[in-house]
Amino acid sequence: MTDLAPRTSRRDWLLDESPSSRLQARLGRLYRLALALLANPLTVIGALIVVLLVLMAIFAPLIATHDPIAQDLSKRLLPPSGENWMGTDELGRDIWSRVVYGAQITLAIVALVAILAAPVGLVVGAVAGYFGGWVDRVLMGLTDIFLSVPKLILALAFVAALGPGIENAIIAVAIATWPSYARIARAETITVRNAEYIVAIELQGASRSRVILRHILPLCLSSMIIRVTLDMAGIILTAAGLGFIGLGAQPPLPEWGAMISRGRAFILDQWWVATMPGFAIVIVSLGFCLLGDGLRDVLDPRHGEQR
Amino acid sequence: MSTEGEIATELVRPPRPAPGSRRHLRLLRGLAWTLLTLVVTFLGLLALTFFIGRVVPIDPVLAVVGDRAPKAVYEAARIRLGLDQPLPIQFLNYIGTILHGDLGMSVSTGRPVIEDLSRYFPATLEMATLGIIVGVVLGVPMGVFAASRQGRWSDQVIRVVGLLGYSVPVFWLGLVGLAVFYARLRWVGGPGRLDIYYDGLVPPVTGLILIDALIAGDMEIFMNAFWHIVLPGSVLGFYSLAYIARMTRSFMLDQLAEEYVTTARVKGVPERLVLWRHAFRPILVPLITVIALSYTGLLEGSVMIETIFSWPGIGNYLTTALLNADMNAVLGATLVIGAVFIFINKLSDLLYRVLDPRARR
Repeated sequence: MTDLAPRTSRRDWLLDESPSSRLQARLGRLYRLALALLANPLTVIGALIVVLLVLMAIFAPLIATHDPIAQDLSKRLLPPSGENWMGTDELGRDIWSRVVYGAQITLAIVALVAILAAPVGLVVGAVAGYFGGWVDRVLMGLTDIFLSVPKLILALAFVAALGPGIENAIIAVAIATWPSYARIARAETITVRNAEYIVAIELQGASRSRVILRHILPLCLSSMIIRVTLDMAGIILTAAGLGFIGLGAQPPLPEWGAMISRGRAFILDQWWVATMPGFAIVIVSLGFCLLGDGLRDVLDPRHGEQR
Repeated sequence: MSTEGEIATELVRPPRPAPGSRRHLRLLRGLAWTLLTLVVTFLGLLALTFFIGRVVPIDPVLAVVGDRAPKAVYEAARIRLGLDQPLPIQFLNYIGTILHGDLGMSVSTGRPVIEDLSRYFPATLEMATLGIIVGVVLGVPMGVFAASRQGRWSDQVIRVVGLLGYSVPVFWLGLVGLAVFYARLRWVGGPGRLDIYYDGLVPPVTGLILIDALIAGDMEIFMNAFWHIVLPGSVLGFYSLAYIARMTRSFMLDQLAEEYVTTARVKGVPERLVLWRHAFRPILVPLITVIALSYTGLLEGSVMIETIFSWPGIGNYLTTALLNADMNAVLGATLVIGAVFIFINKLSDLLYRVLDPRARR
C-alpha cells in the first residue's frame, strides 16, 4: 500500500491552522513572527546590524587586523589607508581593530544593563499592579522619584557617587533604566489582573507568587522585549556619554564613547580619530531602533505609532 | 440661533449647575492635587540626592578637616555637620538647608553652589529654547508632511531622520558639526557664547545674551551671540525635531484614519485644509505634551553639548564638577535639573487638563 496523501511541505506544517502538537504550535507561531518581521526591509536591516554586532564581538580576534591596545608611536595619527582601514589614533593604535573590540564592550554593557534592569522593573511593576492599594502606591512612588530626574543626569550622579569605571557605569545606567520597565509591567499587569483565567487560577489555590511568576509575567514579556530593544539605543548612547565624559570605561579599554573623547583634541586635523567610533555607535543604535520598531509592529498590533 | 437639534439636546441634558462654579471648583481641586503631587515628587527627588550623597565613598568630615586632624577635631566637625544624628533627622536637616537655598559650597569654584547655578542657568535656558524653536518650527511640518505621504519615500526619509534622533550621540554630532561648519566652512562661530573680544560688554539683565544685547540695543553683539549659539542650538534642535516629527506623524496618522477626515475629503475640501484645519487641530493638545517632554530632553542633551562647545551652562558646570568629585555641585545641579524636569512635566499635565475638555472630567 502506498501513501497517496501528498507530502505536506515543511511550510504547510508550520502554517497549519490546527496544530496537532504543542511543538508545532510554537514553531508555527515563531515562523509567522519571522515571516512578518522579514516583510519589512527596515526591520531586516536592523536585525542584520545586530547580528553583525554579535558576530563582530565573538570573532573580534579574527576580524581585527591589529592588536587593539599595542601602541606604536611611529605610526601615530595616520589617515585611513589599506594598512589601517580607519587610520590610527594618537598612540599609533589601529582604530578599526579598536572599533571591532569595542563591539565586545558595547554588547556587554547592553546585555548587562538589560539583565540587571529588566527583571527588577518586571517584578516591581507586576507586584505593584497585582497587589494594588498601598503596595502599588509605594512602589510606583519610588519609581516616579527615579523618573523625576533625566536618565543621563541620574546615571551621572550615581557614577559620581560610586566612582568612575565601566562596572559602575553599567550599574548606574541600570539604575536609571529600570523605572520605565516597572511602569510598562504595571500597565500590562493591570490589564490582565482581573481576567477570568487569573481568577480561575486563584480559585484553584495558586499562591500569589505563582500567579505573578507563572501567569502574569509571561504576558508582560512581549511588550518588555519590544521596550528593551527600543531602549538599547538609549543605553548605548548613555554608556557612550559616560565614557565620553571620562566616567565610564577607562583607558586603554576600546570603548567607543571614550575613543571619541580621545579624538576630540584632533577633530580639526585628524578627523577620523573621533569620527569612526561615532559611526559605529550610530549604526549599532540605529540597528536596535529599527529592530525594535519592527518587533513592535509585529508583536503589538495595538500600537498605532508605526504603520 | 435655536435649531431643533439644540432644543433636543437641551431636553436631554440634566439641569445645568450654576454656571461655572462647579467647573471652577473641579479645576481648583485638580490644581491642588497637582500641587500636592508636585511637592511629594520634589521630596522624593530630595531623598534621591540625599541618598546619592550618602553613597559617596568620600567622607564629608575628612573633606572638611583633612585626614591628619586629631580625633577630637574630627568628632567636633562631625557634630557640627550634623552627621552624628540619626538618618531621618539628617534628612530633615537636609531638606531645611535646601529650602533655605543652601546647596553648600562648591569645592572647585569656591562659591556657593546656588550662586554658581543661577549664574550658569540662563546660558542653558537660552540654548535649549533655541533648540526647541528649531524642533517645533521644522519638526511639526515635517511630521504632518510625512503623515500625508505615508509609505512614500519622503515619509521613509523623515522616519529615518526621526530614528537618527535616537541613535546619534549628541556629543559626536556636536564635534562633527564643529569640525565641518566652524573649522572647514566658517559658517558659524566657535565654542563659547561670544567672541572673547565682546565678553562682558553687555550689562546682564536677563542673563540671556541675545535678549540682553537687544535691550542694550547692540546689534553687533546680538549678531555675534547668534553666530555662536546657532550651531549648538541647531544640534540640540535636531533631537527635538526628530522626536516631534515622529510623534506628529503618528498623531496625524491616527487623525487621518478618522471618518470626519473622509467626510471632509468627500465634500471636496482641499487637501491642505483637510490636513491643517481638520486633522491638525485635534492633535494640538497632545503635541503640547510632546513639546514639553522634548524640552526636558534638551536639558539632558545640553549636558553633553555644553562640554563640546565650552558653553558656560549648567551642563558644563555639572561635568566639570563630576570630574573634580565636587559632590555639592553635582548634587546641586542634579537637583535643579530634576526640579525643572518635574516642573515642566507637571505643567504639561496641567495644560493638558485645561486644554482638553475630555481630560477635564
